[in-house]
Order: sequence, then structure tokens, then C-alpha cells
Amino acid sequence: MELDAIFTASVFASAIRLATPYIFAALGETFAQRSGVLNLGVDGMMLMGAFTGFYAVFITQQEGTLSEPLSLLFGVLIALIVGGLMGLAMAFVSVTLQAKQGISGIGVYLFGLGLSELLFQQWVGTPKSVSGFPRITFPILSDIPVLGEIFFHHNLLVYVAFALVPISAFVLNRTTFGLMIRAVGQNPEAADAMGVSVARVRYATTTIGGMLAGLAGASLSIALINLFQQNLTAGQGFIAVALVYFGGWRPWAVAAGAMLFSFVNALQLQIKVIGLDIPSEFAVMAPYVITIIALVFASKRQEQPTALTKPYERGE
Amino acid sequence: MKKRYLIILVFLLAWAGMPSLAEDDVFRVAALMPSAINDLAFSQSMYDGLTAVQNALGEEAFQFAVQDSTYIVDDAAVALRDWAASGDYQLVIAHGSQYGPIVEELASEFPDVSFAWGTRQDTFGLDNVYSYAAASDEGGYFNGVLAAHLTESRVIGLVGPIEVGDGKLYADGFANGVASVDPDIDVNIVFIGSFSDVPLATEAAETHIANGADILTGTAQMVVGPIAAALENDVRWFGSDSSQDELSGDIGVAFQIYKWDVLLLDMISKIGEGNLGGEYYVLTLANEGLVMEFDQDFEISDELMAVAEATIAGIVSGDIAPIPAVEEDMAEESED
Repeated sequence: MELDAIFTASVFASAIRLATPYIFAALGETFAQRSGVLNLGVDGMMLMGAFTGFYAVFITQQEGTLSEPLSLLFGVLIALIVGGLMGLAMAFVSVTLQAKQGISGIGVYLFGLGLSELLFQQWVGTPKSVSGFPRITFPILSDIPVLGEIFFHHNLLVYVAFALVPISAFVLNRTTFGLMIRAVGQNPEAADAMGVSVARVRYATTTIGGMLAGLAGASLSIALINLFQQNLTAGQGFIAVALVYFGGWRPWAVAAGAMLFSFVNALQLQIKVIGLDIPSEFAVMAPYVITIIALVFASKRQEQPTALTKPYERGE
Repeated sequence: MKKRYLIILVFLLAWAGMPSLAEDDVFRVAALMPSAINDLAFSQSMYDGLTAVQNALGEEAFQFAVQDSTYIVDDAAVALRDWAASGDYQLVIAHGSQYGPIVEELASEFPDVSFAWGTRQDTFGLDNVYSYAAASDEGGYFNGVLAAHLTESRVIGLVGPIEVGDGKLYADGFANGVASVDPDIDVNIVFIGSFSDVPLATEAAETHIANGADILTGTAQMVVGPIAAALENDVRWFGSDSSQDELSGDIGVAFQIYKWDVLLLDMISKIGEGNLGGEYYVLTLANEGLVMEFDQDFEISDELMAVAEATIAGIVSGDIAPIPAVEEDMAEESED
């Protein structure tokens, strides 16, 4: 078997598609964790974003109240709002009420899992498809051999996800807001002494994290799969949390981790499709095993935000 | 004083409202399913089967309770134990092979309750356990034969869950069906390692299409993703477990449908006679537990219809063995 039968352009394109929800969710989680909030409810927020975004598109397309592009943008907006509200709820529980972040995150996850399933059963019933974000064809660029297929045949949300990587890095490393986030996550007492509101920053990052998690879910339900089913994310939110550790809380490295995980996943699918004689169990395990190995090495290089998971109260 | 009377009254009303097997002739079934009852696949097929039984026997004679989306086995154990201990149900169904060990444990503990589980052919040697399976290789073979006649690229993709049970049977039957028409047609098979990972199943379908597949098929509840991918890429779809006509639009061709009511009716009759278990059932085309349906939007040619009818007739008569070894095993087990 020749290598070019395995490493095809479609495998790289597939990796980019698969990485999209991880990048959205993991970038959002990076903001939250850099400010000291561990949000394990990402998957629940993704599910709510996936369902509400889907439902907004489903209803507006079915009733013809909005044109298709507006309907899709409406779906994105709803997913952002719902994800943001769930992020706000997580912030209230973990920042204001100072609950254990791990436990409250799991609570938010279960809430999102259950509510998205309930609403789906009540409002939609059986899986139904919508017209999602179409693949964009760029003049000239999409026709470039190999590169065209890999980079220039994706839907809008894929490009938005990848565009958010440098934007997130810029915000975190080059802006005053980013400096406040890092200060709050690293040394909340010092940040507080400098006049930074620890609670306000953590509320903001957790809400941003929720919005991006909602968008991650919508990228599945109205861009990549174009339908909703119960537990659609299949645990992708938890992988996203792991990718933040993998990337050492740096947006570029987090995105690189998402790409590595997705590439190995795409590769194992291609290996099975072309009939290489590898037991399917090994192929299915491969993305997780390789990511864990990479995580072990990555974790030695990076130190997590000092105040991660620690509630802050002035004077304590 | 009034409060005490109120408590007694509430207690009496609650007691009066409790269903009791001794008081009525209603046959009550409780069924546990791993995914949603409207998943267009495995769980829906059982829900549809129970509904069909209720329609056949009447609500006054047959009632059922369902707990769906119970993919966490520990949660399933709690629900099954509660049902068995309540004494309210003559039959407790655990619809998923992952629930086998729980059924084995509970059936020993509650010998007066009849249990059924599938899809496996194993009653654990217990007299109060029925097991069931579907000869999904038969519908797989049928779909494979038709797919081989319809493919133009001569590449067909299959997305399966885990390489066990009726998912594997279907895949093997499908591949054999294609090969019976033309062994040079490529059937690429991917088991994604999950029954519920819709995003990965969708990408598996996209990978098939990128490798030239112009027909897709698959089993289990995560196939809604591959169906969506087929719709997006205008690729034909063959399904299994339940009808997916509603979702597949104009790309659907044929579906293998599990009619669990066929075995449920027989099971209920036997339980009524005092036989609580110890037998296993297999849905087949011959016993009409498996039914092949064409998508309403698919316009089948006379030539292809003749092929379809001949294939079903061949399987029912035994002239066609979708997977020869499986057919022999089933025959031997039936003799035992």
C-alpha cells in the first residue's frame, strides 16, 4: 500500500472539518481557564448551542420566515446567546457562589444534556435535517490541485474557527483585557490590588467560553452534520477541555492539539476505508492514545494558571 | 386530627391506584433502550414493535412502559431492578446486548419475572430469560444485491458501529450480497467504534464519498449522520433497523425493518402459558420478523424489482445463504 493512498488531500480536509468544533470549544475554555475557572460543562453548553441553533434554523426554514443565509446567521446568534447564558450561569455558581468548579461544571453538563434532549423530544421529535452552511467555493483558490481541496472547500464556520485562533492569541497576549485575564488566573490577589475586578473578569471569560461552546455545538448541527440528535456532541466538550491542557493554555498550541487529534481520527477512518489490515479497535483508540502521549510531554513543559479552580474572595 | 385523616386518605388512594397483577388481566411490559425511541434505528424498532403489539391486543389487554436513552449501563441496572422488584410487569425487556450481564444477575434474583434481552442468542441457561436476535445479514444481503446493481462508481461505503452483533452480521451480509452480483465492486467498511458518535460517523461517510463511493449504507442510531452526508453529496442510501424514509429524502433506496412484534406476541403467549423463558428468537425474512421496504421516493425499475423479489424468495427458501456459516450455525442451534 502506497503512502499517497493514505495521506490524501481528503484526509487533511477531513481533519480540518473534524477540528472545527474542538477549536471553538477549546478556545473558549482557554479564556475561562486562563482566568482561573475550570468549566467542565463545555459539553452541555455545546449540546444546548447545537440544539437551539438547529431549532432556530429548522423553524425559520420550515416556516419560511427568513431567507436561508439569514436563517443560518439567526441560528448562530441563538447558539451564541444560549451558550453565553449557560456560561453566565456557570460563572454565577463558580464565581459568586464559589462552588467547587469541577462539580458545578458536571452539573452544567448534565443540565445541558438533559434539557437539549427534552426540548428536542418535545419540539422536533425525530431527527430532521436542515440546509446548513454550504461549502464555499473560492474562485481560482478552490481549483488549486490538492491545496484547493484541503483548504478552500469548507463552510463559513470552519474559517471562523481557524480565524479565532490568532484573534484569541492576540486578545490574550497583546491587549489589556488579556493581561487582566492572565493576572486574574495567575495571581488574583495582585490583580485585585491593582484595581482589577476578579469576579468581573471571570464572569466575562466564562461567558465568552460559553458562547464559543454554543458556537461549537452549532458548527455540528447547522454546518457539518445539519441535524440534531440526542447527545450529538458525543463527549467532544470533554476532549476540548483536555486540549486546553494539551496546548498549555495557549491558543495556537490548543488549535495544534485539536488538529493532531482530528488528523489521527481522519487518518484512522481513511485507513479503514482503503482496507488496511489493522484491527478496528486499534484504529479507534489511536487518536486518544496519541493525544494522551502528546499530553504527557506537553504537560511537562507548561504550568497551569496558578489560581485555576480556586475561588477568590478578597481578604482571604 | 384532620391531618391524620388526610394522611390515611392519601395512603388509601395511593394504594387503590397501584396496579396489581392479581386484579386485572392486563399484560404489562417494561422496556429499556440505549437510545431515543425516535432514533430511526435500533431503539425505535423496539418501540414500534411494542406499539404494534398494543394495537393488536388492545390497550385494555397490553400496556408498556419505556425508559429510553439509557446508554449508561449502571443507570440501566437501577431501572431494570426497580421494574423487576415492583412486581408490576410480567416481562422486562433489556434492548441492547450491553445489558446482558445485568439481565443474567437479575433473572437469577427474580425467578418469577420473565426477562428478554437482545440482540444475542444466549439465555444464560435460565428458565426466565428469553433472548432475541435479528438475522440482519438477510436484509444486508438484499441491500447489497440492489446496491451492486445501482452503483456506477463501483465503490460502496458502509458505516457500522462496533464490529459485533447484528451490525457485523449486516455488514457481512451486505458485502456478500454485492459480491454475489459482482465480486469486483469495492465495499469499504468502517466500524467507528461507537453506537452514538454522530460526528465521527458523518466524517466516516464523507471519507467513503471522498474515496469514490456513490452508495452508502450503515446500521445503528448514529447513521443519521451518514444519511445527512449522503443527502449533502447526493449519494444513495440503504438503511437498516427502522425505516429512515422520513430523513433520507430522495436519496433513500431500501430499508431493512425489524418487526419485533412478531416475537413479542409469541413471547407474551408463552408467558401466559407459564413459560417464562429459556428460548431464543431470531427475526428472519421467512418468519416476517424482517421486512424490506423501499423508500417512497425511490422509483424502482421492473428489472430491479424482479431482482429484489428473487433475492427475497431465495433467502426465504434457503437457496441463498447470506452468510453460509451463520445459516449453518442457526440451523444446528435450532435442532439443539
